[in-house]
This record gives sequence, structure tokens and C-alpha cells, in this order.
Amino acid sequence: MGFKEFCFKKSLWLFHFGGASCNNCDIEILACLTPRFDVERFGMQLVGSIRHADVLLVNGSINQKDKVRLLELYRQAPKPILVVAIGACGCTGGIFAESNVFAGPVDKIIPVDAYVPGCPPKPEAIIAGIVKLLNKKPAKQKTA
Amino acid sequence: MSKIIPIGPYHPLQEEPELFKLYCEGEIVKDIKWETGYNHRGIEKLSESKTFDQVFFLVERVCGICSTSHPFAFANCMEEIGEVEIPDRAKYIRSIIGELERIHSHMLWFGLAGHFIGYNTVFMWVWKYREPVLDLFEMITGNRNSYAMFKIGGVRRDIENNKIGKIKETLDLIRKKTDMLIGAVMDDPVIHARTKGVGILTKDDIINYGAVGPTARASDVAIDVRHDNPYAAYPLVNWKIITAKEGDVFAKVEVRLLEILESVSIIDQCLEGLKKEKEGEIETKVKAIPEGIGTGRAEAPRGEVFHFVKTNGSNYPERHKIRAPSYVNIATFKKSCIGQTISDATISLAAVDPCYCCTERLASVYDKDTGTKVFGGEELIKNSQQKTREIQKTILRNEH
Repeated sequence: MGFKEFCFKKSLWLFHFGGASCNNCDIEILACLTPRFDVERFGMQLVGSIRHADVLLVNGSINQKDKVRLLELYRQAPKPILVVAIGACGCTGGIFAESNVFAGPVDKIIPVDAYVPGCPPKPEAIIAGIVKLLNKKPAKQKTA
Repeated sequence: MSKIIPIGPYHPLQEEPELFKLYCEGEIVKDIKWETGYNHRGIEKLSESKTFDQVFFLVERVCGICSTSHPFAFANCMEEIGEVEIPDRAKYIRSIIGELERIHSHMLWFGLAGHFIGYNTVFMWVWKYREPVLDLFEMITGNRNSYAMFKIGGVRRDIENNKIGKIKETLDLIRKKTDMLIGAVMDDPVIHARTKGVGILTKDDIINYGAVGPTARASDVAIDVRHDNPYAAYPLVNWKIITAKEGDVFAKVEVRLLEILESVSIIDQCLEGLKKEKEGEIETKVKAIPEGIGTGRAEAPRGEVFHFVKTNGSNYPERHKIRAPSYVNIATFKKSCIGQTISDATISLAAVDPCYCCTERLASVYDKDTGTKVFGGEELIKNSQQKTREIQKTILRNEH
């Protein structure tokens, strides 16, 4: 086992990027941290900087203003990094896909490792999605 | 010389993207500016391409936390245009959903406020007791958020009478736990020290800035759409507007916590009302929406939601304008944050319970004389890039 694989075995640290979303997925991600769901029992916690993170959670449709910043965040992230698209908007654009400011679903912008569909996905679904990432090899990284 | 402290756009403190710039001299905030647009989705434009039934699902996703107030206002608006009277059972169900949402939203805010001032215990506690409310939503509507309960002329699903017992049980739990929170938190000397006298908005400030909702009610301005322009079942039940005098953060906490208890009492009365109505009578059939204009208002957890719709006799809105409460409330930051220390500014910012996904607007510049559009976002970027290239050229030329 190499060092990088070892890092993804346990205790993934998450960074949350909220795109142009309706806030539902954001609060469901927060709900994952609270006593009923308690994602910390997997050693997972939200961190304040992308430079500390193993996983980038992206939710919401991405508009033109967000796109630039998402690319910049991805560039700053330590590689390899796992990317999770959360919610219908993150996966496909959802109801906002026809919008005039929509700049493409997340996987058109950066490579995505896991998709958690739902509007909004239940905290159980989010946890299930992230736990599946333990021991997973990240998708081929884009060198941006 | 003031230093700029940026908060955002993707800051661990906030779950939504927005950018605040605090202009500070030493510890004191001298000026504040904010920048939005990270959350813009073009909902008003999208709405024009959806049928009236579909618009409900779209406006529900204006904001996930207050995802009933927007359909509520839109339904009020369409029923004004179509002159539709809805059955009493539907009115009660609408009010129940609206008030449950107020409970979960106020609890959510209170938890986050606790987190902001460093009381993570409060955050964990309150969010724990918020879960039973979401369970109720799941039982009634099938989803924890975004309930899809509203339609023109009534509601989509009934609350069967056999569910009333379970709802009452949960309400008792919420009442008990809210009392506990009021006892535990409102008497805490540290919370008093952190929130009393912080971010004060006087009655005049509220009127000048046009603030709405709990922000206004905490400064002794008794403004509430449920009372001023009654809709749904609110005229049928007894309730009172909660106000406080001080206008500081503590008053806002107080107003929100007491409103939870008031909401519980409204739901109790609505459930009694439900028992008297016949099961299944939840909608009036609406055939077509005539040409016309209408306005609809509803009291969201954060204040007044306003919808304006112009119809042209077809199945689609011709123009749909939305004004969310945070849009007017965030302007009060100019008053509440300036003169505070940086550490107090965060809780002052959070005190109005700002919701940026409601508030997003797109800015574009128009020529004053000709009325033509001057710059959109892409043109501005192109313009800026061109300037860089020109500067590069001049520098290169000078070097050679």
C-alpha cells in the first residue's frame, strides 16, 4: 500500500463548496454532523481550508461566477483529491439546468468520483456516498 | 488607513457563498460592503418557461430552508388572479406546513447562532431536537425538505386524521424542549454578555431600511403578514405577534424562541380545526387562469415574501417577480455592524438570519441615455483582459 492509498483508508476530511444552490443540500450536509447522524464516528469532519481536505463536496448548480472559483479551488487542492457531487443540481444541474447562467454540471468542470442524487439527498444518502469513498482510488486527476 | 477583512465567498463560517468585506481600523469595523451573485440561478427567467403547476416546484427551490413560503406566496398570488376560494381543510393544512417550517427554520438559526458565538453544545442540542420536526415533514409530505404540498386551489396531499396523534406527540416534545432551551440559554450569563447591546437596530432604523420579519419585530415594530394581510387559516386561529423592545441580538433570539412556542400553539389549533373538516376535501378544481396581474404575500420565517405575477391567459406566467425578505434585511448590516468589534460583527451578520439564495440578483449596466446594455459579466472580463494585454504590450515596448 502506498502512502496515498493509506491516506484514504480512514478519517476523510471534507471541504464543502456550495455552488448556486437552494441551500437544502448545504443544511443536509450540516445535519450529517449533528447528533442523529454524527458523521464524525467515521473520523470525518468539515475543515476550513481546501488545503487540508481529502474530499471536496460540491453541491448546487454551478453558475458562471462559481465556475472560475471551483476551478481555482480544485487547482489549490492537494492531489489526489476525491470529489463528490451532491444533489440533483450537483449531478446534472437539476431544475436549473435550463437557466441562462448555468455553466455546466460539476463533472463537466472537474472530475467527479461519486454522485449522491436526490433533491435534497437525505443525510443517510450523503453518509452512504462518502463512506463508499473509503479505500477508493481517486479518479484520474486533471492537471489544471 | 483601514484594513479590509474578507469573509467569504467560501468561508467555513457560512454554508452559503457570499462575500463580506469588513473595513476595519484596529478592532473596530468602520464600513462594510457585500458582494453577491455566487448563488444566482435566474429563477425569475426560468419561471417564464414553466407552466403554473411546474412553477411551484421551481419557487420551492428559491430557498431550501423556507421552501414553503415561496409556494405559499405564489399560490396566494395565483388565487388572487383566478379568484379562487380554497376549502377550509386546505387552509389548515397550508398553515400547518407553514408553521412547522417556521419551527425548523428558527431552530436551525438558533443552532447556527450558538455555533457562531462558540457554543457548539447549543448547535448540537438544537439540531438534535430539530430532527423530529423533519420526521413529521417526512411523514406528511414524503420529504425532509422541499415538500411539494402546494397547488393552485389547494394542497396536493391530505393530513389524514389518524396522523394527528403523532403530530401532537411531536409538538409536545418540541414545546418541552423549547422551554428547556429558553431556560438553559436565556439565563446563561455568557450568552447575555455576548448578545446584549450587540448589533442594535432602533425602531427608526427598521423603518428607514424597510426591514421585515423577526428582525423588525425584535425592534418593537409589530409587522407580520399573517396579521396585516391574513391568508390561509391565520384568521381562523388565535395567536399574537411576538415583539421585543431592545433591537439587539438577544432580542432577536428571544423573539425567535417565543415564536416557536407560538407556532406550536397555531398548529395545535389548526389540528383541532382539521378534525372538524371532512377528510379528502383538499382542493378546488381550477380550469384556467385568466389574463391579469396579481400579488401574493406570505410570512416566511425571515419576513415577508412577495410575489408578483402577470399572466396573459396562457399556461405560463408572462412575468414573475420575487422579493425575498433577506433582500431588505441585509441592508441593515450598514447600521448594525459598523462600530462593533470584528468578533461581534459575525453574530450581528448572522442575527438577521440572512438567506442569500433568496436574495441573489444579477447586475448589468445600462446606458443612461440610449437604454442599451453596456456590459454583462463576460464583456467586463473581456474588457479587463484586454487592458492587461495592453499594459503588457506597453511594458514590453518600454523594455526594448
